[in-house]
Amino acid sequence: MDRKKILLSGLLLGFLGVLLVRFGNPANMGICVACFIRDIAGGLGLHRAEAVQYLRPEISGFIIGAFLIALFTGEFRARGGSSPLLRFLIGMAVMIGALVFLGCPLRMVLRLAAGDLNALVGLVGFVFGIFIGVQFLKKGFSLGRNQRLHTANGFAMPLLALVLLILVVVAPAFIFFSESGPAASRAPILISLAAGLIVGIAVQRTRLCQVGCFRDLILIKDPYLLYGTIGIFMAALIMNLIFGFFKLGFVEQPVAHTDGLWNFIGLAVVGLGATLLGGCPLRQLVLSGEGDSDAAAAALGLIAGAAFSHNFGLAASPAGVSSAGQIGVLIAAAFLLIVGYVFSRSDIKVKRKGGVTREQNV
Amino acid sequence: MSKTYELDVRGLSCPEPVIRVKKALETNEGQLTVLSDSYVATENIRRLVGTLGYHCQTDTNDNEEFVLTITKEV
Repeated sequence: MDRKKILLSGLLLGFLGVLLVRFGNPANMGICVACFIRDIAGGLGLHRAEAVQYLRPEISGFIIGAFLIALFTGEFRARGGSSPLLRFLIGMAVMIGALVFLGCPLRMVLRLAAGDLNALVGLVGFVFGIFIGVQFLKKGFSLGRNQRLHTANGFAMPLLALVLLILVVVAPAFIFFSESGPAASRAPILISLAAGLIVGIAVQRTRLCQVGCFRDLILIKDPYLLYGTIGIFMAALIMNLIFGFFKLGFVEQPVAHTDGLWNFIGLAVVGLGATLLGGCPLRQLVLSGEGDSDAAAAALGLIAGAAFSHNFGLAASPAGVSSAGQIGVLIAAAFLLIVGYVFSRSDIKVKRKGGVTREQNV
Repeated sequence: MSKTYELDVRGLSCPEPVIRVKKALETNEGQLTVLSDSYVATENIRRLVGTLGYHCQTDTNDNEEFVLTITKEV
């Protein structure tokens, strides 16, 4: 039953991911958390790359959808305090990696389903990054426990998402809108928002996660989350074939480059970073809607990482990856490896009393 | 006398609760009691111990936390 539900959610995501392209979103980018957060950073003027500036309503939809359904089901709970600064920095590193590949793990699946074989190279890197992350987890990696917080902490992110929605509708002069490039391709606001809300609700309910999918397979051989990824791929593949978007090959794929090495490294950084965070970028947004302010710190890190990537020329383009981008993503990888190492502890102390053995509170 | 192993996974990120439960099951015999404060962690633990062939009873305490009692299936 659970597997059916997550498979259906995956199918829904894949379907919406291609439908949004039909309605005007960029090719193979119906939904992409990394690309859309980069567009939001541009829309707010945090970077001035003119082709990628638009306050994508889908992102607000993910957060608000998760928020509303979590309130409804009683799962909403304001919490935080598990290394928020490090989560912010890991979020930055993840975004640097994603913008070297040109997409988050979700877009990786959507690109694959459109025949873009560069995404296959990315997938191998992604799984490799997760594999490294799993080694840290096996050694006891933890960013520490979160704690319950004042409820208002949990409202901050959904309210920020609402502010972004108001800004994109009102369109005041200080908000940027691309006139050409990927961010000039956009579905109508209401359709984008509706799709975002549906995705937010579906992911909150089913815990769908691109990182968790491969992590759980490697770590505990649990295929539950894999059904979500398979669903996304199958629905997107069928939709791409129906709409004639499918084109098999490496060259001239939409908003993609063919540099295999950097596609591999870019998504390896995303895989490792997101494993340390406990979930893929989409999952971080959904958790932030459920009241998790650590996930919100990671999400804000994604925005900062996008601004940083474009301001310092790290982000790739269809022409390839700049040397600044290559150095940047290697620094991001080194940073993640250090975090993984520093926060891994091998032994958990236990206390015995009578017939009861209790782990010390670490 | 039956032995009990107590595990507190409150506030831990995915997938740490599952890893700790798995480790505790591998290294201990007898009953395992897990205290969890997250729906996701609770679901994941129930799924894990189910596939490993354990019985799991879930209760909620006064703090709206979950108490999972995991025993070998007879």
